[in-house]
Amino acid sequence: MKELTYREMGLIDEEYAKIKEIMGREPNYLELGMFSVMWSEHCGYKNSRPLLKMFPTDGPQVIQGPGENAGVVDIGDGQALVFKIESHNHPSAIEPYQGAATGVGGIVRDIFTMGARPIALLDSLRFGELDDDRVKELFSGVVAGIAGYGNCLGIPTVAGEVYFNSSYRGNPLVNAMCVGLVKTEEIALAVAGEIGSPIMIVGAKTGRDGIHGATFASEELSEKSSEKRPSVQVGDPFMEKLLLEACLELIREDLISGMQDLGAAGLTSSIAETASKKGRGVEVDVLKVPRREKGMTPYEVMLSESQERMLIVPRKGKEERIKEIFDKWGLDAATIGRVTGDGMFKIYEGKQLVGEVPVAALTEGCPVYIRVGQEPDYYREYMDFDPFSLPQTEPREALLKLLASPNIASKKWVYSQYDYQVMTNTSVLPGDGDAAVLRIKGTSKGVALTTDCNSRFVYLDPYKGGMLAVCEAARNLACVGARPLALTNCLNFGNPEKPQIYWQMQGTIEGMSAAARALNTPVVSGNVSLYNETAEGAVYPTPVVGMVGLLQDISSRCDMIFRDEGDIIVLLGRFRDELGGSEYLYRCYGIEKGKVPAVDLDEEKNLIETVLSLNNEGFIKSCHDISDGGLAVTLAESAIKGEIGFSVDIDFKGKRLDGILFSEAPGRAVVTAQRENLLALQEKAAYMGMQVQVLGTVGGPDMVFRNSGQEVLRISLEEASLIWNRAIESYMK
Amino acid sequence: MRWGVVVFPGSNCDADCYHVIKNVMGQETDYIWHQDSDLSRFDAIILPGGFSYGDYLRTGAIARFSPVMSSVIDFAEKGGLVIGICNGFQILLEAGLLPGAMLRNKSLKFICDSVYLKVKRGDTPFTNRMREGQVIKIPIAHGEGNYYCDQETLLRLKQEKRIVFSYCSQQGVESTAFNPNGSVENIAGIINEKGNVLGMMPHPERCSESVLGGTDGRYIFDSMLEWLKEMGEK
Repeated sequence: MKELTYREMGLIDEEYAKIKEIMGREPNYLELGMFSVMWSEHCGYKNSRPLLKMFPTDGPQVIQGPGENAGVVDIGDGQALVFKIESHNHPSAIEPYQGAATGVGGIVRDIFTMGARPIALLDSLRFGELDDDRVKELFSGVVAGIAGYGNCLGIPTVAGEVYFNSSYRGNPLVNAMCVGLVKTEEIALAVAGEIGSPIMIVGAKTGRDGIHGATFASEELSEKSSEKRPSVQVGDPFMEKLLLEACLELIREDLISGMQDLGAAGLTSSIAETASKKGRGVEVDVLKVPRREKGMTPYEVMLSESQERMLIVPRKGKEERIKEIFDKWGLDAATIGRVTGDGMFKIYEGKQLVGEVPVAALTEGCPVYIRVGQEPDYYREYMDFDPFSLPQTEPREALLKLLASPNIASKKWVYSQYDYQVMTNTSVLPGDGDAAVLRIKGTSKGVALTTDCNSRFVYLDPYKGGMLAVCEAARNLACVGARPLALTNCLNFGNPEKPQIYWQMQGTIEGMSAAARALNTPVVSGNVSLYNETAEGAVYPTPVVGMVGLLQDISSRCDMIFRDEGDIIVLLGRFRDELGGSEYLYRCYGIEKGKVPAVDLDEEKNLIETVLSLNNEGFIKSCHDISDGGLAVTLAESAIKGEIGFSVDIDFKGKRLDGILFSEAPGRAVVTAQRENLLALQEKAAYMGMQVQVLGTVGGPDMVFRNSGQEVLRISLEEASLIWNRAIESYMK
Repeated sequence: MRWGVVVFPGSNCDADCYHVIKNVMGQETDYIWHQDSDLSRFDAIILPGGFSYGDYLRTGAIARFSPVMSSVIDFAEKGGLVIGICNGFQILLEAGLLPGAMLRNKSLKFICDSVYLKVKRGDTPFTNRMREGQVIKIPIAHGEGNYYCDQETLLRLKQEKRIVFSYCSQQGVESTAFNPNGSVENIAGIINEKGNVLGMMPHPERCSESVLGGTDGRYIFDSMLEWLKEMGEK
């Protein structure tokens, strides 16, 4: 194998100098490789760490914040949810099926490493526009990869999002989130245990796949990137399923003191992370690592990113029992080294010492760059754009275009490929509500899960866009009847070395932090994916928010489906007409500009409280927030899902029709109520200081909009339904 | 009455079946590890869905060689009730307990959805709580549910009234338009000659509690329980 230079490994001159200073000598090839992966952005967060400190991470509900494999929140009764979201963007750009599949595998391991049984997967996906053949290939490959891996594991994929925008053409985003359930007393952490404890590697054998995957994830994509295909790992979901069951058996029998999955940077990272927690050192012998291929060098063994492997530190005297359990599942379990007290990471090949690095140098020693952001030129120019300088699009044509937009249309083509019901907990199914709801067996509780981000808003205004991503997630949870608890995030940006990108990161994180504080949804875990750029430019800044919420009583769950003829349709919140950054402008004019709608965090909080309260009182039969496509699309989706039309009458008060119908301004939701409950609903909302507007009634074969009595838009439900249901499918034939 | 749920490496609906029988129906239930072979204490055996042994060769193809399967074959020959769901159905085919084979779905994609089934027999151990012609709503989740058999076998299945469930519309119209996977004769489930072994692609355990949006799956498990009780009394 040709040896790489430190630059080819992604290190810069100053970093190499620093390594020499730490080592007091030139590092050998193995040591250099270890530094390069650990000091990559993907493992070391060297560009993002100072910014991430802005996030609120505490709250009475938080059991474990950032710093472990995943965050943990309390849901009462001695139970907790463990969750995290992670990116697998670059591997998926090169090899969509395996890239996405191993993304799922990695995040699932993060969850069961904590001792939790994974109970749900979510996927947040972004691609270029669907009229491009390469995009179609990526889209179908990614979806198939997620399905292939998640379905085999028997973990339901219950929610997520899919967006299409040309900024993602060469660099799709594939973010996978996993949620696990654990008894609070069984939470496992990555701790090295006592000096002298053995270290075991369990699960799959180690091969040459994925070497330097972490480095690859930390640079821009180029035409040469397809040469990095060997950096993409290959997944084996069956192996992962066995590993999952075996590891959970270890926890149940209390056999281990620490567990850490092998993900990015393989053995190097998992050993360093485990040892660093208590300032321990480690000795490992690479010859003891079970291998898939002959003739592997220490460098290859230490840097391999072969999937479905786990590092464990057994409790004293439990090695034999651990081997028995792994034997039962037909898996390897090998002791490869031991914990030491000297803080050194020593790698042996048999008796020969082949590398020696201080553990802390690999972890805390990673350089941190505080960069200076610079406002990009487009920012003010785009903000000054006035959507009302455009002529109105005929409303019927506009609504049909929006329903046909792949960003709004039914995602059934995607989620029907995922097993979303295995484990028999899914209570609000994909597409039926603003978030998925799962019951917790043996209790009356439920949990709600969602991922959200409108990246166009973030691009146009990172601060407001960051706030809106958090607000939308919290609102979606409330709309299914759940109180938002905490969030995880996946921060997908371009190259942070560019001041304009760094500026986007700064603003976004500030905005997210403000909203997370206001809504009492601390950040408990997350992942940063930078260098999402190709020669065509950076992706839209995309801080995906994954949020979990709790329903004390699963029977109070709510979906978005219009139910019965005569039900009253009510808007919670104000009529608003801001069109900046809307899907309407994009689909009808090809414009992605304008001022992002104003965000009022108090108003958002009040909406959430009002929705929760109305739902708990049993006043509402459906609830759907206003987001992509605006009020008109919100109403249409509820009608299509309910297979029943509606008629609404709105007083536009001189405002433009397209503004009222298609504004994506936040802080609003549409609910339906039985006529008998309307008065109580109105009184309760008024008591909570929430504006309500009666819009009309459910019923009839058409969707009808009136302006003070005069019909302005009518579409038959049948037509709308056909367009909305078939849009994505029709691209993928 | 004691029920057994077989666990192959890679089974993933084992816990779901166990939950319904044990917690929802309150029956004695045990897991059976694929290397166990003593089934003497059981009255009914469930082969659950999943990806046994990863399904890397062909769905169900390796599971049939596991020690537990030869015992399941004996158990079935002695008249014990066996239900194979999804991957369990595929294993029954590979083991020769039911005729035919599974092909990939016509769409070549995994499909998770809810479908309607027409109950073609109301007098089997698995369907006695339903009437012939009844329509039930039930989830599916499979990549290879496209049931196939040769003309001769199909003729026999029809003559012997061994097609128990077929895909249909909400109103009960059987047609390829409502068939999610392209199976021959819209077949969703069949029984063996003796009538004590059922294989079906849809998942009754996924619709046996109202919190999951439907309870039609209970008809099947309740039928089995009813039949076991009656047999016990005889």
